[in-house]
Amino acid sequence: MSDTNLPSGPNVTLKLDRDGIIKRAFMAVIALYLIVALALPLYAMLSKSFVTYSFDLDRYEFQVSDDAGTFGPAQSAAAINEQLAVFSDGQLRTSSDGRLSATALFPDFSFRSSLKYRMRGTEEDAPYLVGLDLQNTTEWQEYDSNTFRRINLRPVKSVGVQNYFEYFSNPAMFSSIQNSVFIALVSTVLTVGAAFGFAYALNRSVMRFKGFFKLVAMMPILVPSLLPGIALIYLFGNQGMLKSVLMGHSIYGPIGIVIGSVFFTFPHAMLIISTALSIADQRQYEAAESLRASRWRTFWTVTIPGARYGLISAAFVTFTLVITDFGLPKVIGGQYNVLAIDIYKQVIGQQNFEMGAVVSVILLIPAVLAFIVDRQVQKKQVSLLSARSVPYQPKVNKQFDMLCLLWCGAMAMFIVGLILVCQYAALVQFWPYDLSLSLKNYDFNRTDGGGWAAYTNSIKLALMTAVFGTVIVFTGAYMVEKIDGLKAGRGVFQFLAMLPMAVPGMVLGLAYIFFFNDPANPLNAIYGTMTILVVSTVTHFYTVGHLTALTALKQIDGEFEPVASSLRQPFYRLFVRVTVPVCLPAILDISIYLFVNAMTTVSAVVFLYSTHTALASVAVLNMDDAGDIAPAAAMGMMIFYTNAGARLLHMLASRRILRKTQSWRGR
Amino acid sequence: MSNKPESYLQIKELWKAFGEFVALKDINLDIGKGEFICFLGPSGCGKTTLLRAVAGLDPQTRGQIFQGGQDVSNLPTSKRDYGIVFQSYALFPNLTVARNVAFGLENTGRPKADIKARVAELLALVGLPEQAEKYPAQLSGGQQQRIALARALAINPGLLLLDEPLSALDAKVRVHLRHEIKELQRKLGVTTIMVTHDQEEALSMADRIVVMNHGTVEQIGTPTEIYRAPASLFVADFIGETNKVATTYQNGRVTLGSVSLTTKMQGVAEGAAVTVAVRPEDVVPHLSTAAAAGAANLLPARLMDMEFLGSYWRCHLQSDILGGQDLIANFSINAVRRLDLKPGLEMAVELPAERVLVFAERA
Ligand SMILES: Nc1ncnc2c1ncn2[C@@H]1O[C@H](COP(=O)(O)OP(=O)(O)OP(=O)(O)O)[C@@H](O)[C@H]1O
Ligand SMILES: [Mg+2]
Repeated sequence: MSDTNLPSGPNVTLKLDRDGIIKRAFMAVIALYLIVALALPLYAMLSKSFVTYSFDLDRYEFQVSDDAGTFGPAQSAAAINEQLAVFSDGQLRTSSDGRLSATALFPDFSFRSSLKYRMRGTEEDAPYLVGLDLQNTTEWQEYDSNTFRRINLRPVKSVGVQNYFEYFSNPAMFSSIQNSVFIALVSTVLTVGAAFGFAYALNRSVMRFKGFFKLVAMMPILVPSLLPGIALIYLFGNQGMLKSVLMGHSIYGPIGIVIGSVFFTFPHAMLIISTALSIADQRQYEAAESLRASRWRTFWTVTIPGARYGLISAAFVTFTLVITDFGLPKVIGGQYNVLAIDIYKQVIGQQNFEMGAVVSVILLIPAVLAFIVDRQVQKKQVSLLSARSVPYQPKVNKQFDMLCLLWCGAMAMFIVGLILVCQYAALVQFWPYDLSLSLKNYDFNRTDGGGWAAYTNSIKLALMTAVFGTVIVFTGAYMVEKIDGLKAGRGVFQFLAMLPMAVPGMVLGLAYIFFFNDPANPLNAIYGTMTILVVSTVTHFYTVGHLTALTALKQIDGEFEPVASSLRQPFYRLFVRVTVPVCLPAILDISIYLFVNAMTTVSAVVFLYSTHTALASVAVLNMDDAGDIAPAAAMGMMIFYTNAGARLLHMLASRRILRKTQSWRGR
Repeated sequence: MSNKPESYLQIKELWKAFGEFVALKDINLDIGKGEFICFLGPSGCGKTTLLRAVAGLDPQTRGQIFQGGQDVSNLPTSKRDYGIVFQSYALFPNLTVARNVAFGLENTGRPKADIKARVAELLALVGLPEQAEKYPAQLSGGQQQRIALARALAINPGLLLLDEPLSALDAKVRVHLRHEIKELQRKLGVTTIMVTHDQEEALSMADRIVVMNHGTVEQIGTPTEIYRAPASLFVADFIGETNKVATTYQNGRVTLGSVSLTTKMQGVAEGAAVTVAVRPEDVVPHLSTAAAAGAANLLPARLMDMEFLGSYWRCHLQSDILGGQDLIANFSINAVRRLDLKPGLEMAVELPAERVLVFAERA
């Protein structure tokens, strides 16, 4: 018998040809993009959350002279502080730009006195400023009193879990976690329930107007998440026409956040559940019927188990969307603090970046968890899908169909109603006193927030995101799916491509500040420009596009590449001539997805825009913040029209392409 | 067949491992210019893996490949000289038939008119001159396969690789295309390797067949060699049909119960445990042991059952000597008529010594 063990020796590897080099270069460029736009910023943020800055008084020693110029004994700053209790521990903790005036340790200090002061560090790292000059020495330095008053101690950096400890021992901060979880749980239950009813009606009844309902269900995707908040303020706010319905409860707070969350998460949950319901097997129902199971029993033993993955997935997606959302609590949260708002307050309000990083890391936990569960569930669902057999055919049942129609009608009214309220509010002179119509709220240049320029900036951002994003995402997916060899590299790449889904927008935005606003970073130049907005938006929404592209690419015959290379054609020729045309519908889907999201996103860009790159979605937020609610509603509606228009164009383009390609797709 | 063509493709000590799993073990092959070679073997035996190594799509782990005198062992696909056709055809769906065929011709600096003429020529060659402007989805499976062939041949490759090119087609088209591909190959004289697990396909098309099993080559030979003189029990079993009995070998004879058979097989160790194999068409019928005067290797048998299969009779026989095991024999229509064979008849069968195949049991 021949030996079945591989003879020793090196493995055969093929020489690289030009094609191989280009492929690797391509992959390297896109991997580099993901590393720079995602991995490094996240790393910067994570490490920032472990950094604390504090004044270490043990490191400084002082001597004071008498009038005659004779110096007294040296005393450490810590000892002085202990005697006089000038600074509390809290005051000694600070941020990276903290400054502590040295004179505060000397209550009798007068800059006119003739006393002399000496100071030195007792350790290597004991920084202090004399005016703007940074000193760091263990040698004694002598200053007259006029100079001494310009001396500030600088904090030293230490690494540890101090920030987390502080966070969790702060009851106000901790209550944000409870609030966030509470809001997210309640919204999830309501959204999944409502969406299930809606999806059930679409899939299992023969009610009328299904097309219309499908269209309406997707409307919330076209507006920023904070728009329903504005509508709710008009309806139930202090001057709301339906305020009395709340019976004394305030819309500002959990009630408003929950209602708004149901609005903006509804389409996401509905799509997922609808997909799960659409793969039901007719034969299971026939079996149940032949067993004379009641409708109710069939529902619990066939329908719900069949849709369970969809329900789990929808619940996690909704939970994550709500807990990471920033727009709604900002607009309608009132005094009710949630995690996303904490990040904003820590960073924008208090400039406490380290604490912002801590909250971000905490916000990352539910998002990552949801992401993992969702991936597991998706895998299981796919296996259900491939086992699918006879699609379910709903039968007419007048009573049930009527019930379905009522439910969908109610949801449609809720969605369209809120959007109409915004539209109406944007068009009236002065709610609720002068309800005559006018276009004055559309004169954005009269209010702060960026004016019409913000709107054009948003369009620019959306177009650039759609174009560059689609190119990057699709090429990246092609590299993962169709390039042979380099297995480890592709694995890392795939991981990086999936990561953005688990990173909330706020976290990404903050991570960008840490990474790109660092003067030591050569990419610092893009900070405050349109480029960083495009990069952050493409990265933020990378994963969905990546998955869409992968699905399309998987349907293409894997032998195309070998055939092309046997014909001695470079892979990019195949890519341009065949792969891209065949995937064009998916490519269009990716670009419209990126466009719409770039128009509506707030969370990442709110940290990154500058005065000349103000955006429409951020303008809605800022105008609302400044009390200009009507212009905010008007701007929100501009976003809606733009997205609706883009969707329409996308649909027309898709139709045309489909018609053109029908000749080669079917018989 | 006797004047061996000059060698074109050599595979030397080739191994392929996927992680721990060794898919190809010490493969050695020498393929002549213009030969039509079939890799034949059961599913998972490594045929495709070997073909992909030759193509450079999934390089071997050890060993060397020479093509046209050049060491191509570690050349990338684009630097090798071959055309390939896959089971899925892999036609580009958004390009017309003409564009598909022209894919390897464009981008080479050839003038347009030249390309057009070459495409027309190729389409005529595969018998589809009228289909140039259609899209692949508008063609039948057999037509698509021919377009894939035309596309692969467009660049005049020195080597044509076919991975189960016919297995997605229905039986009738398959038989027809078998013939056409073989004709085409002969006309162009292009060295061809075809992977198949269909023995009929291999027997009818190949100049030589490489029978593979568990990542090793069992036998290399012409279809008749493989069929008439299988080198191993596996080959005998995999190609055609055989009756098998386990016994021992002694002194040029094998013993079945009270009967001892002579065999012409050489090189079997004395006393070795062996399997005796006889093909159904090699079994010769006689009315009785007595009536077969002079014949050796006779077994008394009872004719149990007969099936008429058009050109011959397929008969099930039983013999006390073989215990309960069926002996299958294909008797010619002539013989059945001459001997008036009927079910229930007590008769005798002769197993001619030169057709009694003996294979030592593998360790
Ligand atoms: N990429 C791979 N990774 C791991 N194992 C593989 C890979 N490709 C093939 N194998 C294994 O190598 C063995 C040979 O596979 P190969 O595809 O060559 O078989 P085959 O003879 O072409 O079979 P079939 O007739 O089914 O096409 C199989 O056991 C297969 O599971
Ligand atoms: Mg195979």
